[in-house]
Amino acid sequence: MSLPPKRSRPTAHEIERYAGLFAARTKVMKSSAMRDLMAITERPEIISLAGGLPDTSTFPPEDYAKIQSIVAAEATAKALQYGPTEGQERVKECIVEVMAAEGTTGIDTDDILVTTGGQQVIDLVCKTLVDPGDVVVAEAPTYPGAVPSLNAYQADVVQIEMDADGMRIDELEETLDRLEREGRRPKFIYTIPNFQNPAGVTMSLPRRKRLVEVAAERELLVLEDNPYGLLRYEGDPLPTLYSLDGGQFVIYLGTFSKILSAGLRLGWTVAPRPVLEKMNLGKQGADLCTSSMTQCFVTAYFEHGRWQDYLGSLVGIYRRRRDIMLDALAEHFPRESSWTHPDGGLFLWATLPDYIDTTDLLARALQEQVAFVPGRGAYLDGRGGSSMRLNFSGVSDDEIREGVRRIGKVVREQVELYGTLTGHRPPQPAAEPEPAPPPANVLRLPQRPRPSDSSAGSR
Amino acid sequence: MSRVAVLKGGRSLERGVSLKSGARVEDALKSLGHDVVAIDVGHDLVARLREAAPDIAFVALHGRDGEDGTVQELLEVLGIPYTGSRVSACMRSGDKVLAKHAFADGGLPTPDFFSFSQSAFSDLGAAEALGAIEERLAFPLVVKPARQGSALGIKFARDAAAVPSALVAAFSYDHKILLERYVNGRDLAVSVLDGEALPIVEAVPKDREFYDFDARYEIGRTEFVCPADLPAESTARAQELAVAAYRLLGCEGFARVDLLCDRESGDLQLLEVNPVPGLTETSLLPLAADAAGITFEAFVARVLELAPRGAAA
Repeated sequence: MSLPPKRSRPTAHEIERYAGLFAARTKVMKSSAMRDLMAITERPEIISLAGGLPDTSTFPPEDYAKIQSIVAAEATAKALQYGPTEGQERVKECIVEVMAAEGTTGIDTDDILVTTGGQQVIDLVCKTLVDPGDVVVAEAPTYPGAVPSLNAYQADVVQIEMDADGMRIDELEETLDRLEREGRRPKFIYTIPNFQNPAGVTMSLPRRKRLVEVAAERELLVLEDNPYGLLRYEGDPLPTLYSLDGGQFVIYLGTFSKILSAGLRLGWTVAPRPVLEKMNLGKQGADLCTSSMTQCFVTAYFEHGRWQDYLGSLVGIYRRRRDIMLDALAEHFPRESSWTHPDGGLFLWATLPDYIDTTDLLARALQEQVAFVPGRGAYLDGRGGSSMRLNFSGVSDDEIREGVRRIGKVVREQVELYGTLTGHRPPQPAAEPEPAPPPANVLRLPQRPRPSDSSAGSR
Repeated sequence: MSRVAVLKGGRSLERGVSLKSGARVEDALKSLGHDVVAIDVGHDLVARLREAAPDIAFVALHGRDGEDGTVQELLEVLGIPYTGSRVSACMRSGDKVLAKHAFADGGLPTPDFFSFSQSAFSDLGAAEALGAIEERLAFPLVVKPARQGSALGIKFARDAAAVPSALVAAFSYDHKILLERYVNGRDLAVSVLDGEALPIVEAVPKDREFYDFDARYEIGRTEFVCPADLPAESTARAQELAVAAYRLLGCEGFARVDLLCDRESGDLQLLEVNPVPGLTETSLLPLAADAAGITFEAFVARVLELAPRGAAA
């Protein structure tokens, strides 16, 4: 029996023919070598600290069933129908409740645009503000997932160094001055103030205040990306930039992904009205409206479930996993490395001696069946080569310990090899765990090996 | 019509590429009317091959296991005929150091090189000899893992200070590396099908100094010129060298031979032979076949015909 003829895959010739039709912006829409390397991290035998996933296995299946049956009973037609582009009114009330839980009160539902995940907010902000070649200011390192959006709109991204207190506002001001002298006005400043992805650091209150002042003085917009604010494991919550600014120059990005479910793809933005109106038009072009089904799910969940309890359970689990990862790092990573101490969120950022390239190291780590995200993806200028992002939320306690042990093993191996190659032996690894908090310049690259001083940089 | 098992994916770093190559081969086999069983190579490979009981296996597995003779050895044991080179040819080709020694011994040109295992540095103090090596090869020099495809782990050291970190990087991929003299040359790929050279492909990177992994797999990042714009005698010489290298290593069926053409002298130098080259939409061998008027289906059909049958079983 012969199979029906199937359209075969295109030849290289045909691909070149398509390439002639591609828009200029696709030239910077890069897939990376990393993506191909990451193909192997999906194999089940690999312990992947490379993900950015919330642990959805913690959500009780019976609650899920209950909520879906409520949606079915009360709102089947609505859930299956289109909705307003700006989002359902009821879900906006849930959003107001979530923002109030973090101390951002007095939000008017008319200032909210419900989006398909927080990611869509980044895309819509770029769509609304960025012409090819426009400057966007971001943190160094920045959220790797923002890079495809920034590239697609052909933004010229200028990255500002961070330290343990987040983005360095002094450096930001110097950069803004320089850009002004060059006659270039950035379209927006992109920041994740809480437990930044990938760095794991949090912007201090004085810097938040100053950032908001700088934005107002220069009439620049700030995109405040806040997916993790409610996942705080220690310290007091800090006010959002939006609440400090009063909605003048800050575009706020929120999401249900990390406090409830990433699979729902439900996020939102709160923005100055004229910006919001343009973003609304942009969203109409993109997808007309966010899934009604997931909006109905969230509404029913907020009415009948206890979202704060679930969030509380997540905070407990993630805090424990963070602590396990910090302990494992202290035990298994060599002295020459450093890492951040996140007060919340899902990630921490480790930096190795500058002679180790973490993209190559990943190849070695994969032989030991463990994966992480090499740091280069968080920079647009080739930096970050000696750093890595580690996720502690999506893996079990034992896997965190074992994964960090394996990475530590290959890092030590490379430190030792480098010592052999350069004719000097590196200091022997610490015999016992050292409770070393990061120095203040932990994120600056290139950086020298960390001094043995273990008292610096604690917050 | 045959029952064909397509072996793809696997544990190597080229897993992603191999999945694409395999998928494309599957499509071609199906359109040729064969009964296709796709196998993502893993712990259950032997069980799955026994269960599938194919007439023949198409090896579309790149890198470790696919190009070093491992999977071929298993297929021999199981008595399943397979495409491409036999075990020993894969072992010689899959290891750049063995291949380069064979070229040098056989009088074929290849850039000067030195090779060391990690233990030479850790146990025998080979670091002391780095200065002498650098003097012999001069800067910039190239550091490569012995067994890794797709240009992964290849580093270019511009001065002595850059050598140790380049070595550390290369040792991330293999416990054996080579330091090679840098040739400022044009990248040529000569695909060989049944002992005959196909038109030459030249890879011209658009925005990078060196042809790296990224450029190799991204549409639009590298310009492929086929047939390469070379003087007729260079073309003939490159094809002759490629076939000589293919024969010297004992390859069968098909392979891709990578060479450099020195930009100044025009001299040709052999770099490596890939016994299971990429077969994706952006790969060089299918492009060369296309230029020779051989469609991908026809190429796949030919490779199947060429596979020795019956002998192993």
